[in-house]
Amino acid sequence: MTGWSDPAIWRIVAALGIGTYAIRFSFLGLLGNRTFPDWVLRHLRYTAVTILPALITPMVLWPEATGGQTDPARLGAAAAAIAGGYLSRNAIVAILCGMATLYLVQFLAG
Amino acid sequence: MAISTPKSAYLKGVTGALPFLLVVIPFGMLFGVVGTEAGLNLAQVMGFTTLVIAGAAQFTAIQLMLDEAPTIVVIVSALAVNLRMAMYAAALAPYLGPAPLWQRAMIAYLNVDQTYALSHQKFEDSPAMAVPARVAFFFGCATPILPIWILATFAGAVLGAAIPPEYALDFAVPITFIALVAPGLRTLAHVAAALTSILLALTLGWIPHNLWILVAALGGMMVGAEIERRATS
Repeated sequence: MTGWSDPAIWRIVAALGIGTYAIRFSFLGLLGNRTFPDWVLRHLRYTAVTILPALITPMVLWPEATGGQTDPARLGAAAAAIAGGYLSRNAIVAILCGMATLYLVQFLAG
Repeated sequence: MAISTPKSAYLKGVTGALPFLLVVIPFGMLFGVVGTEAGLNLAQVMGFTTLVIAGAAQFTAIQLMLDEAPTIVVIVSALAVNLRMAMYAAALAPYLGPAPLWQRAMIAYLNVDQTYALSHQKFEDSPAMAVPARVAFFFGCATPILPIWILATFAGAVLGAAIPPEYALDFAVPITFIALVAPGLRTLAHVAAALTSILLALTLGWIPHNLWILVAALGGMMVGAEIERRATS
């Protein structure tokens, strides 16, 4: 992890630890039975399915390991993971489909 | 449902959580491997895994640190991934709100995807459950999940140092994220939210400091929420 000093890394760990705890404690601890308005809950439901795809889209299309060149093995692996996860509703199946496809295509391509 | 004593509720929580170890163990190990490969030392990997206890947010932070994003962007993006847990807290509050503050403080620390999902389901199905039994059930769920998560990360961190680069583990992070998202694409709203976010990520990449991630996600969330609103109204 070049560019990150030890104290800088620990600052991030501490900030995420405290911030995440605050989120988890929020409505259970301090706010009692008050809750979010419906429109906020509606948005929160989609945090995971939006942030993670945004983050990985460039990683899938222009992987750093190939110097930013689009790589058929990695594209195929991503597609297999999406299909496997969607059809099986199981995260482990998705990972196995993705990594197996990646290794298979890399092996076939020599 | 005759869940009378906290003790039997606790045991039900423990046994209910056991199948989830099949997910927790590989994810924990993967974080250990990826964190180590990214250059974190063992203490830092374990710091993340015991203080944050949220795989997706931890992977997000590591990835953005590798991308040399500014500290504040790393923190805000990873916390944004965890915002769903505010929803978990709000959903558990009607059931666990009457418990003593120290118990709620511990529950908050242990409120991860699996413990939340199991407990909320149980509390909905058993409305007659007393508050101490509910608390016991929740702690029962956390009893196998949390220690095994931490041990799995440790094992992964130790193993990670020994895995050679030709195994293309650089791609384990995107595959893991896909694995976290794809099974959750239950409705049209979820699919549309994810697709919107991907399209925005592709068109907004010019926004500096990796802030395009948050903008793209916000756009996707608005689309998902709007479709849900129209579908239910």
